[in-house]
Amino acid sequence: MSRRTATADRAREQATEKATGKTTGKTTGKVPPTVETTYREAMRAAHREALLRDPRVFLMGEDVGRYGGSFAVSLGLLEEFGEERIRDTPLSESAFTGAGVGAAMRGLRPIVEIMTVNFSLLALDQILDNAATLRHMSGGQLSVPLVIRMTTGAGRQLAAQHSHSLEGWYASIPGLRVLAPATLEDARGMLWPALEDPDPVLIFEHGSLYNLSGTLPVEPTPVDIERAAVRRPGTDVTLIAYAGGLGKALAAADLLAAEGISAEVVDLRVLRPLDDATIIGSVSRTHRAVVVDEAWRSGSLAAEVTARIVEQAFYELDAPVERVCAAEVPIPYPHHLEEAALPQPEGIAAAARRAVGEHG
Amino acid sequence: MSDKVVAELHQPTPEVGDGGPDMIQLLTPEGQRVSHPDYDQYVADLTAEDLRSFYRDLVLIRRLDAEGYALQRQGELGLWPSLLGQEAAQVGSGRALKPHDFVFPTYREHGVGFVRGMDPQSSLQLFRGVSQGGWDPTEHNFHLYTIVIGAQTLHATGYAMGVKMDGNVGTGDPDRDTAVICYFGDGASSQGDVNEAFVYAASFDAPVVFFCQNNQWAISEPVTKQTRIPLFQRARGFGFPGVRVDGNDVLATYAVTKHCLDEARNGNGPLLIEAYTYRMGAHTTADDPTKYRVSAEVEQWKFRDPILRLKTYLAHEGMADDAFFTQVDEEADGFAAELREGCITMETMAGETMWDHVYAEDHPVMEAERAAFLAYKASFEEAN
Repeated sequence: MSRRTATADRAREQATEKATGKTTGKTTGKVPPTVETTYREAMRAAHREALLRDPRVFLMGEDVGRYGGSFAVSLGLLEEFGEERIRDTPLSESAFTGAGVGAAMRGLRPIVEIMTVNFSLLALDQILDNAATLRHMSGGQLSVPLVIRMTTGAGRQLAAQHSHSLEGWYASIPGLRVLAPATLEDARGMLWPALEDPDPVLIFEHGSLYNLSGTLPVEPTPVDIERAAVRRPGTDVTLIAYAGGLGKALAAADLLAAEGISAEVVDLRVLRPLDDATIIGSVSRTHRAVVVDEAWRSGSLAAEVTARIVEQAFYELDAPVERVCAAEVPIPYPHHLEEAALPQPEGIAAAARRAVGEHG
Repeated sequence: MSDKVVAELHQPTPEVGDGGPDMIQLLTPEGQRVSHPDYDQYVADLTAEDLRSFYRDLVLIRRLDAEGYALQRQGELGLWPSLLGQEAAQVGSGRALKPHDFVFPTYREHGVGFVRGMDPQSSLQLFRGVSQGGWDPTEHNFHLYTIVIGAQTLHATGYAMGVKMDGNVGTGDPDRDTAVICYFGDGASSQGDVNEAFVYAASFDAPVVFFCQNNQWAISEPVTKQTRIPLFQRARGFGFPGVRVDGNDVLATYAVTKHCLDEARNGNGPLLIEAYTYRMGAHTTADDPTKYRVSAEVEQWKFRDPILRLKTYLAHEGMADDAFFTQVDEEADGFAAELREGCITMETMAGETMWDHVYAEDHPVMEAERAAFLAYKASFEEAN
């Protein structure tokens, strides 16, 4: 367990002790109570927790206050925490990101919400040339504990300028940590350790995930922001995905299971630094890999993952690594074209069949 | 639309080249003290000794600049951004600050750092490439240099927002109320970040003073390429006060900055100061200004020299004599020698430090690359 996760864990246990008068250790053996929730609600709960826990935390961005956020993540937070801590900002991505850098350098813990990753390009200089470089260029004197959240991905007919998947670009930048929560647990759990990270952290929320529903423990369990996770064990092929691609990879694994092919599904979770050990460990067991990425294939995160597999597990491979990525076009607006442009379960399954079948 | 309005739209206030009638001045280029109904009060308490120390600061930072330039030409520095001609803008504004105010400089404010009490070697070690950052920004509340044009205006705004959130604005307690001053140039005034900072700071009443040194040139582009109207007038469009001061007049710059900082500390920020000045040298040692501007213009600005006018004033008023001026020159010689000696004996950074501080805690990629480098380095020792 990392120092950060351990600290979060300890703080959470203390909070639990305070609330219940019991230690969490004594509940071992009992099934913890759960609650029906959604990805959106889990994100909101994570924000509430952070705002309650640390007075230095505040949220700012376009429409985060009165409107409750473009994706309703912060609904109700303005009423609860007031305008100082839930700040509607002018429509200037570079301004509120840059001001976040300045506030973080002063010791605050800003959460900056950018509506979509496409809009983050207006703040790219502040993210790449400022937030990511200041610690290094100051010889370790400056710290930018800034969390920047944004939606990414397609599938909602928002057209090209609101639908791209550019998180792979950010994942190539030293100085940043890049997270992609794809489950309710991660939506609930990643924000706090991100705020505890002394370096800038980008959190990518795939737009198709906000309505994802399920159950979570009432008392949230801490998650790490270091490692990838095996979401489904398997023996014949490894499907590597993240964010919006995870659900599709899991659906593909169901299709494959019906045909007698056992697919293991790895959720990258942390796009920088990539968890080589989990990726290579899985591929070394299954000897075949399919990398799923909703971004364009050329120069993609999928290319990076593939290169690492080839560098580190070349002699474990029984088949060439397959990639399933978005079509190399601006994401189309018409629904059928958009769907056709994106990785889909059937395409992922077909790639897995190629890997297993032709070389099995 | 009336003809008059149309005419105004098509003929915005022209720049006349000398700062125009709106420019605040307390000391003419000839060294004559002129009074100003609003700003005299801010210099009323200055003693002859204060003014002599202003003069000393001006001379020493000009010398610091000359050494920086020479060291670069001799291959001892990678680059040097010269402040020549802008001494009064920097000393006047820097001396107006209180110790607990916070400064966001560009990469040219060696003079502001100097009057804040910073070791003048600091900026040399930055440009010599022997230190990341160069100094501790909290020691003199003087932030590290920002290379990206205009980016610091947003950092200053965010920082000022933090000052306000901490309740350090408008309390009436002079030891608590804090202002943030942010330097930038005429070229930066066209940057999105600067304009967004204006919008943002205004939206949150941030206690920040934007201090634009209009030195007339952004590398090869004259200020007329950046703006049709005097830059200080832009503030009005963003909803806060803007004022133009003679940036070659250390007294006026001091007075105007003091006033604006007080306003910011009292909760009346943001404000914009345009210090009208001139970059006598190159943008940095990487360009040659004779390729893009006429020497007649430079000659004209020599008559507005910031140091000469204060010297004339001090001498004329009997506040300093030849012995004093000689003593300052001798001090500058010693100062220069120390700078040179300090600069050329600085220790270089070890190669493996390149991977330090990419993150607070190393990520695996940095660890692996550093380890590979150290092994490579060790192989030379083994070979020997």
